Amino acid sequence: MKGARLDMPRWGMVIDLDKCTACQACVVACQVENNVAFMGPSEAQRGRAIFWMKLAAFPEGKFPESKVRFMPMPCMHCDDPPCAKVCPVDATNITPDGIVRQIFSRCIGCRYCTTACPYTRRYFNWYKPEWPGESSMALNPDVSVRPKGVVEKCTLCHHRLQNAREKAISEKRPLAPGEYIPACVESCPPKAMYFGDLDDPNSEVAQLSRSSRAFRLLEELGTKPKVIYLREGERSGVNRS
Amino acid sequence: MSTVADVVSESFPVNDEALFRPIETTTARFHITVVVLLTFTCFMLGAYARQLWLGLGVTGLNTPVYWGIYITNFVFFIGISHAGTLISAILRICHAEWRRSITRAAEVITVMVLFFGAGSVVVDLGHPERALNILFHPNFRSPLLWDVCSVTMYLTASVLYLYLPLIPDLALLRDRGRKRTWLYGVLALGWTGTPRQKHLLERAIAVMAIVVIPIAVTVHTVVSWVFAMTVQPMWHSTIFGPYFVVGAIFSGIAALLIALAIIRHVYHLEEYLKQIHFRHLGQLLLVMALLWFYFTFAEHLTVFYGAEPEEMHILFSKLTGPFAFGFWAMVACCFLIPVPILAVPRWRTVKGTVWASAFIVVGMWLERYNIVVPSLSQPRVLPSRMVYFPSLTELLITLGFFSTFILFYVLFTKFFPIVSVWEVQEGREKSLEEVCERVSGYIPLPMTEADNYRNLRRPQSIR
Repeated sequence: MKGARLDMPRWGMVIDLDKCTACQACVVACQVENNVAFMGPSEAQRGRAIFWMKLAAFPEGKFPESKVRFMPMPCMHCDDPPCAKVCPVDATNITPDGIVRQIFSRCIGCRYCTTACPYTRRYFNWYKPEWPGESSMALNPDVSVRPKGVVEKCTLCHHRLQNAREKAISEKRPLAPGEYIPACVESCPPKAMYFGDLDDPNSEVAQLSRSSRAFRLLEELGTKPKVIYLREGERSGVNRS
Repeated sequence: MSTVADVVSESFPVNDEALFRPIETTTARFHITVVVLLTFTCFMLGAYARQLWLGLGVTGLNTPVYWGIYITNFVFFIGISHAGTLISAILRICHAEWRRSITRAAEVITVMVLFFGAGSVVVDLGHPERALNILFHPNFRSPLLWDVCSVTMYLTASVLYLYLPLIPDLALLRDRGRKRTWLYGVLALGWTGTPRQKHLLERAIAVMAIVVIPIAVTVHTVVSWVFAMTVQPMWHSTIFGPYFVVGAIFSGIAALLIALAIIRHVYHLEEYLKQIHFRHLGQLLLVMALLWFYFTFAEHLTVFYGAEPEEMHILFSKLTGPFAFGFWAMVACCFLIPVPILAVPRWRTVKGTVWASAFIVVGMWLERYNIVVPSLSQPRVLPSRMVYFPSLTELLITLGFFSTFILFYVLFTKFFPIVSVWEVQEGREKSLEEVCERVSGYIPLPMTEADNYRNLRRPQSIR
């Protein structure tokens, strides 16, 4: 990983698809936490809606044997992110602790990163973001509101990390496990999502990532995603064959 | 017995007044043309102002299809730019004597169209006012930054390469003293045509002709790399560099042919831009059409035979899916229609080559579109549910780019000779002798006529 440091954690997420009920609580929590604008139904119809965390549906088979698999998809926070490579102005890059961030104030809006991301996990502000009526009162003061014309994406609730780190520093102690978790993980009702330091061999995420059910999306592209999925089948018996 | 030089001076018109006429006399037709072109420019400015004010939401772009016809135009315009510098440089280096009256028209296309190529990217930016971040925070791993570097270099080299052969003509205009004498005086840099000046100019042009060729090849290769360096299906292809360069030269020659035909018709330069120019360029165009087909076929067959699901989605969206019309129109415009026209000598006339070129220009624009949009519509995960169609804003800006490019080109012909006067004159004075010498240099047995000619000239050149 570029810019990795030994004393730094490497934040990662594990999503257990066996436990996931596709309830979209993570999606809503993310929208609210990160001031993601809802562009309204007409813009959503045109494919302009922004979802840092998106519940992706993968239809399989033909009727009547058809079914749909669901997969919550945040930014994969690749260790070798194709988006960061192509940004001409270094407005997106990977922090030493492995978070792929976006510098909104530097982004020129060329959308090269959005086309280079094989997961389609980056979004563009086609218009000035708007929060109709009272919803503008509910904006999170910790997260900047993006202007029109820049790219935005999941930051693993980076502001939560900053807050937790500041608190730990003021109390002169290291960051405790579980002190920093993103909003999606926190809100998951069936507790299907786990978050922590992938470099710490004893952490829950590190242990789960070694599970035989563990897989990463489009692993063959060599992007080394830090969002790890646990395959369906252990409990639901989907993989009967 | 009359010498060859005598025959030459008898058979050619000696005064080149026709070449100065476009600069010194202006017709009503010119004014109408400018007004029409300016109207489209104004529409473009209005549309762009609205886009700046409201955001890129006024385009037809959406979440997987992040790039549309602006980027198509970018690739297309940069491609057209290969008309000039590359063709003119290659012809110069090869001592192709028929180049003399077409090089200027070609080089101007390059310089003018590059502004619109670069402009297409700026129009596509969400925050154009931050474009200079490219200098403040450059990321040299980004192919887009490579593009900025190579296009800048290409523009600089092309401007120089246009300007150098323009100097003697500027001096001619200055010495005529009819219009804008001060402007030509400043730009001519004190050219008087002394042997030393001529020698330096020839050297400089020769050096630039060699320098611009690798730069031109680099530019379009790097444009292709913007796509090919990503891991996206049907973009991530090693063939893209040469494929784009071939397509660029192809569309460039077509654009040049159209420009030459219009210049010839409007300014009555039939004596300078003859059938033979169109025939030769038509032959070049035919070669490029075949090369283009070869690359296109190789690219698509490889994808089809390999049958990777991700690439197959995109391939079939082009062959039979929502992009089928554009794809087959491209095949027709770039290959099926122009190749017969260009291959049959009877049809390779001025009219024939211009018709073929018109189809090719449209076809090559479609080719760029077929590369940019289908791949973006079918990403590996979360494919698009709707078909991208450009909005009115995008169409107006595109139209405006084309009309403003033509406007700049038309204005150039009103300020500077569009056919290089001194090069045509030089051709009349020197090229026949040079060609005879060159040919007699490699013909194994003595050639009676040329030998006679050389024997006549030799005592003079010693003196």
